[in-house]
Amino acid sequence: MSKSEMVISVENVSKRYLVGHILARRDGHDTLRDAIVRNARNFTRKAIDVVHGRQIVEGDAVEDFWALKDVSFEIDCGDVLGIVGPNGAGKSTLLKILSRITEPTKGRVTIRGRVASLLEVGTGFHPELSGRENVFLNGAILGMTRAEIRTHFDEIVAFAGVERFLDTPVKRYSTGMQVRLAFAVAAHLRSEILIVDEILAVGDGEFQKKCLGKMGDVARSGRTVLLVSHNLGSLRALCSRGILLSEGRLITAGGINDVLKAYSTKNQLSSRIYPEDSVVRRVAVYQVMDKIILEMEYAELRGKLTIPGFSFVIHETDGRPILGHNPMLERRNLDTPWPNEGVVRAIVLSPQLLDGVYTVSVFLGDPYTTIFRDPNCLTFSISGAADSIYQLPPEQVGSVYPECRYEFASLEAKDDVVDIASN
Amino acid sequence: MTERVFPSPVRPVQIILEPGRTEKTYWRDLWRYRELFQVLAWRDVAVRYKQTIIGVIWAVLRPVLTMLIFTIIFARLAKLPSEGSAPYPLMVLAGMLPWTFFSTALSDASNSLIGSAGLISKIYFPRLIIPTATIVVAFVDLAISFGILGFMMIWYQFLPSWRILLLPFFVSLAFLASLGPGLWVTALNVKYRDFRYVIPFALQLGLYISPVGFSSSIVPAKWRLLYALNPMVGVIDGFRWCILGGNAHIYWTALGISLTATAFSLWVGIRQFRKMEKTFADLI
Repeated sequence: MSKSEMVISVENVSKRYLVGHILARRDGHDTLRDAIVRNARNFTRKAIDVVHGRQIVEGDAVEDFWALKDVSFEIDCGDVLGIVGPNGAGKSTLLKILSRITEPTKGRVTIRGRVASLLEVGTGFHPELSGRENVFLNGAILGMTRAEIRTHFDEIVAFAGVERFLDTPVKRYSTGMQVRLAFAVAAHLRSEILIVDEILAVGDGEFQKKCLGKMGDVARSGRTVLLVSHNLGSLRALCSRGILLSEGRLITAGGINDVLKAYSTKNQLSSRIYPEDSVVRRVAVYQVMDKIILEMEYAELRGKLTIPGFSFVIHETDGRPILGHNPMLERRNLDTPWPNEGVVRAIVLSPQLLDGVYTVSVFLGDPYTTIFRDPNCLTFSISGAADSIYQLPPEQVGSVYPECRYEFASLEAKDDVVDIASN
Repeated sequence: MTERVFPSPVRPVQIILEPGRTEKTYWRDLWRYRELFQVLAWRDVAVRYKQTIIGVIWAVLRPVLTMLIFTIIFARLAKLPSEGSAPYPLMVLAGMLPWTFFSTALSDASNSLIGSAGLISKIYFPRLIIPTATIVVAFVDLAISFGILGFMMIWYQFLPSWRILLLPFFVSLAFLASLGPGLWVTALNVKYRDFRYVIPFALQLGLYISPVGFSSSIVPAKWRLLYALNPMVGVIDGFRWCILGGNAHIYWTALGISLTATAFSLWVGIRQFRKMEKTFADLI
């Protein structure tokens, strides 16, 4: 098969699920008559469903939920495709259809080549069996022959780092060990097409490095890979192409950088709404690629402040502050008149925060008056803001990832002026 | 070291996924996944006998105890006759071996899909492998029970005839008789969980209408044809005929009817299973 021959073709694929709703009043005013009528109606509906051979759905009303709507795209041999989208966009459903686990409600998929899917780490692991036995079990489940597993057995065990515990039942392993072993087996698959669903975000930093390294090898070996991840940094490094899904529809397909740019527009991380009588109506935090944006929506500011300022502090979850900014300190924007109502944004240009969970405190006021302050009003998690695939654990090195350059100097020249200007 | 795997010179198989389309490659896929079948069967057996001593003794104890109970109730109390001159306990054991196999196989197969919900929602493989692999555990128990049978024969100094060589045929018949209803129930159970309760009840009933504790010769002639619709009648009579030699009588018409019933239930079971297979992952 030549490099740009089509390997997977998805044509107008849609997937429908049935979703039930319970209509009973929850405030305790549900009358007995209503309850009887509702239950009789449900029973009749379920009986009719059984007669027609349909699935039974719990609830009083049933509606169609289209997890995928008319999705079409093509993947060529050797592509490494990143699939991005907010939660609930239909990414996992699409992977399930491509893995032949479920069939599309409409449309058609054509696949050329063997597919191996990693939708979950450690599928089929049995807690009573030893690590060694589980390697063979999991490998067989993933589609490897016993001969293949035997050939790679030592590599798998070395990758996972569990040599000492090979004959202990897996129920005695720590979660980390189980995950490492499961990924080690999966990493040695040899199929033409590999589908991976968000399993790279497991294990400690050391292990993540290994996983991503292995994924890199897979990507470079010429296999076709489909990868779902929320870590934009890994996607940028591993993938050549991408597709963006949202609410079941395909929004964009193309080169990975274009797709990530489209996805990153205003990726809201967290927001909070305040009551009508407050000056500040809403506070929100967004991540766009590697920048963090704090946004405050306000109304009726006229005359309340002489020199308004919007400042903030970002904290660790335990409250320790990491970074903060106040425009008044730099005497910036002091002369810009603020509209009576609107939105003010603080765009943090290079926060370089490592992946993790943070909180934010906001402040609106001036040197003399505080109009609004709310400490730790938002909690959000960052992923991919620090431009690094391999991230050190923040507990050891802190949450900010500095941009750093390294160089050598000879002993004679060591006291010369260091050139910090060049990139 | 990065090995360059592709491009591969061999043209790969093309698969088209469309609603309602059955793949012609299904049976070939089953053969390709035969190693997975072996691994799943091995897993079920290994886990069962991981508790070593207890598990193996259970496999021996269960048929022995049931045989004792049946001997006491049916022979001593009800005074039901044995087959010819064969000792009553041997007749009961010869009937119990296939019945225990059938009931274990059927119960395990019926619950197999629900029990493997994790696999079904995450990995593709022909789902027919799951119920079939669980039946292998029943085979292991059967093998152990054959050991007990051998021991009993030595105890009663009972020499079996050449017919015992035909036993594998009846064992396969028992396997197929359990597979048919097993597939049907386990497929339906995924969609309508009520079916889980049908099997224990059906097996309770079946124990009394199958010739386990009694011999088929006591069934009056006018009921014999209806009675033979039970696939286990043919199997159990066949087992007795093979093991007890000339002392047991086999009704060939009854066997023919049982065979047809088994073939029919197998066809219905496979058809229903295949029809529902595509929706398992959505319903489980």
